[in-house]
This record gives sequence, structure tokens and C-alpha cells, in this order.
Amino acid sequence: MTALLEAKNLSKEFVKTEGFFSRTRSSIQALDNISISIKKGITLAVVGESGSGKSTLAKSLIRLVEIDKGSIIFKDKNIRTINGEELKRTRKNIQMIFQDPYASLNPRMKIIKIMEEPLKIHDIGDSAMQYSKILSMIKRVGLVEGDLLKYPHQFSGGQRQRIGIARALILEPELVICDEPVSALDVSVQAQIVQLLKSLQKEFGLTYLFITHDLRIVRHIADEVIVMKDGKLIEQGKTDIIFSKPKTKYTKELLASIPGNLSKRK
Amino acid sequence: MKNNILKINNLKVYSNKNSRFKLVKNISLSLEKGKTTCIVGESGSGKSLTALSVMQLLSSQLNMSGNIVFEGINLLSLTKEEIRKKRGKDIAMIFQEPMTSLNPVLTIGYQIKEAIDVHEKLNKADLSMRVEELLNIVGIPTDRINSYPDELSGGQRQRVMIAMAISCSPKLLIADEPTTALDVTVQAQILNLLHNLKIKYKMTMLFITHDFGVVNDIADDVAVMYQGEIVEQGNVSNVLKNPKHPYTKALLDCVPDSKGKKDLKPIDYSALKRVMG
Repeated sequence: MTALLEAKNLSKEFVKTEGFFSRTRSSIQALDNISISIKKGITLAVVGESGSGKSTLAKSLIRLVEIDKGSIIFKDKNIRTINGEELKRTRKNIQMIFQDPYASLNPRMKIIKIMEEPLKIHDIGDSAMQYSKILSMIKRVGLVEGDLLKYPHQFSGGQRQRIGIARALILEPELVICDEPVSALDVSVQAQIVQLLKSLQKEFGLTYLFITHDLRIVRHIADEVIVMKDGKLIEQGKTDIIFSKPKTKYTKELLASIPGNLSKRK
Repeated sequence: MKNNILKINNLKVYSNKNSRFKLVKNISLSLEKGKTTCIVGESGSGKSLTALSVMQLLSSQLNMSGNIVFEGINLLSLTKEEIRKKRGKDIAMIFQEPMTSLNPVLTIGYQIKEAIDVHEKLNKADLSMRVEELLNIVGIPTDRINSYPDELSGGQRQRVMIAMAISCSPKLLIADEPTTALDVTVQAQILNLLHNLKIKYKMTMLFITHDFGVVNDIADDVAVMYQGEIVEQGNVSNVLKNPKHPYTKALLDCVPDSKGKKDLKPIDYSALKRVMG
């Protein structure tokens, strides 16, 4: 199977400066020589606790964070060296869904404007075509035409996440990076969004990079898993194998902390 | 004969402006002494309002009726001063967001001292000793006593909240989604800590959550809330293994299990409405 995205030896160090003239320095290795390969059409989950570097990894793939070392090849293009128009075209192909549906939508824009923006930036179609595209996408994620004239605060958390998904998919990307898309949601809403993401994947042939700390979700959505800790990749493999035969102590610990899995106390 | 520490009878919470608009509709719930009771439900089901009613911390735009009997005393008949003496002393509460419930400009040591000082008059030396003891109990290194909340991680902040809550040895601890904002590994640690504290100090716990996985790990009894009503309650293993109410079943179907064998089934509200009439 061919890899849609291949990242090799990614490293990123964050330097923190403190004190007078920033003389005290400390640094954190957010990514420590990480290599991943995402095959077309699958869901690759990245798990780890907060601070493990999983979000930095996601952001580095679309160059929202510039890495120090390493290479990222997406469809035969090195993302690290391309610029301008070419980078823009590549980014259209990699879209992102964020964790906090409250913070990732502009509160002063109507939904129609939020959905139009990416189409305008990438200069896709005339306004009639844009509208029909937006309408069919918004219906696909379970909202109605009337919702287009509302503002983000008029929606519930789950509905806002649907809007975030619609905005990401309107550009017909091949790779979608989902950064904890269901962590802020109730279980009942979480189930809806997970099912929606799964059916959209089938329909549009999407590839997901799915970042989460919740292993229960991983089991439901991912084909392959990467476990990260302190910026290092410590285990990877097929989901079933990671769950049934975890190799490292840390993965075992993560599996043990799944709610509902603790051995019942007396 | 069950020894109930708290009995909620026919509690209703409604809007001041329109008393027909009820947010909590006539619920009754008893907490057995020494047990952990979970209230589980989606957002908007009224679970937090129920907890806030017990503490009498409802918004001034809301009103309540019914009675809440704590150790034989109806809390709703007490004066503001009398309830203030109980709040934090006999009944303590932990909230979901440890960052928003701690004061960012005061050290955690100061804030824990303050919590003790409201109810117990200790001299300065005893007070400092008590704070260190509490930090030890909840597992924060005592050299963090002069740290500010933003210098701590989310899990540590929640530990500080727990230290404040147990500082006056409450009989009833109300925990409103205390682990929802935390990572799974940290969540497991905090659940363990709460469980151990409950046994050590013989507390009764009212635990609010939307996650049946958490219910399974921590609860003795469970009450399922939907649209302001308790639709099912009972012993946790009975409810989890043999749910009777269609809503309980639907909510259980939403919870991803660790085996990944079943498909996640979102709640079909219209079907539920038909079944419930």
C-alpha cells in the first residue's frame, strides 16, 4: 500500500526564556526523532497524555509549527521546502478539525461566511456554485439550510463540531487531521460525531490522522495506532495488536486507565 | 434498614420568571452513608442543578421547592447563616474546571488555609501544619505550598481542590464532573484518590458524570437523569448489567467499550420520545 504522507526523523525543540534579558533558558523536546507513515484511506490514531507532543506533531505536518529537523513528504512533495502557491495548494489537501468547537469558529461570522472563506481563499467556483457546495455539505453533516444564517453561539457543542467538520471537508481534502475532535463533548454527542466521521470517511475516501488521549475511541475508529510519550514514539502497530499485546509498560498503563476497565473495587 | 445521610424529596428547580418551566422535575434520591452515588446524564439533564441545590448555590434566577434532608435537618428551612456553616464543613464540593475554581493571584497554600479558616479557628503554626498534612494526603509535594495555580498541571490543580474540600472533614463530598477535563491517565489517578479518601475519612460521595465508564469504576449506586427527571436508579451492577429504562440503554450504547466490539449507537431521540410517551 502506498503512503499518502511520510514523515521522517521529525524533531522540534521549544526553548523557554526567562529572567532579565532572557538569560535563563530551558528547553523541551516536543518531538524527538519521530517517523510516521500514513497509508491512504486508513485512520491512524496518535495517543498520549497532554504534553506528549501529539498536537505538535499534527501541527508540524501542515507547517503550523516549523520543525527543526526532518522531512515531510506528502504525495511526492516535500512540504518543508515548498512555498507560496504550492504550499497553499498542498494545504488545501490537508485539513484540520480542532478540539474546541467553541474556540475554533469566529463568533462574529455567520456560518455561511465561515463556510465560504476557504472556498474564496482557494478561488473555487462562482458564488452560485459555492452556495450549492456549502448547502450540500452542511446537510451532509446533519444541519439545515436555515442554520447558515446563524452565528456560532446559537449552536450546541456537538453542532459546532459538525460545522468544524463541514468547513474542513468543503475543500475536498485527502488527509484530515483531527486534533481531539470529541474530547470536549458528552458521550452521547461523542457517539454521534464518531459515527459521522466514520461515514464521511467511507463516502469521500478520506484518510484520518486522529489525535486523542482516549483509547476507547481509538479502538472504535483507528486502523493503526502510534503511542507517544515525552516527544518520543514508543509503540506503533495495528490497533488490535496494540490492544491485545501491548509491548511497553507505558501502553499497558494507558490501557489500564481506560474508564470502565479498572478492576471493580470492593 | 438503610442509613441515609441525605434524602432529596420531590425536588423541583424552576425559573423565577416562569414557574412552569422546570429544569429539575420532581426528583427524589437518597444517599446511603459511606457509599458513592453517581448521577449520570447528558448535558442539560439537570444533574449539576441537583448538586447545586444541595449546596444551595443555585443562580438567583432559579427557585427550588421540595425538601433536602441532611442528617435529619431540612436544608431548605435553614437561614443563610446556618447553611453557610454547613457548606464547606459538613458538605463540600469539587468542580469540573480546577483552573476556573481556583483564584489565580493567590498561592495554593493560602487558598487551602482560607478554606480551613472559615470553619476552624487554628493558630498560625497549627494552620500551616494542617495545610502540609493536606498536601501530603492528596499527593502534592509540600514545597509547592507557595506555588500559584498556573504553575501546576490540571491534575495537581484538581488535587488542590480536593485538599480544600476535605480540609474540614466533610461528611458529604459532592464532585461535579471532577475528571472530565483531565487526561485518562490522570483521571484514573484522581478517581483512585477520591475513592481512597472516601474510605479513609468515611465520607459519602455524590459524584456527577456523563461517562458510564467512570460510573462503573467508582459508583455503588447510580441514578440516571434525563430531561430533569431520574429515569432509573439502583445498585450500579444491576443498572449496568440489566438496564430497564430505554434511555439508560440508549446512553449505555453511546459509551465506547474498551473491546471495540460493538458499534457506537448515537441516541435516537425521536424513537425515545415515542417509547416514553
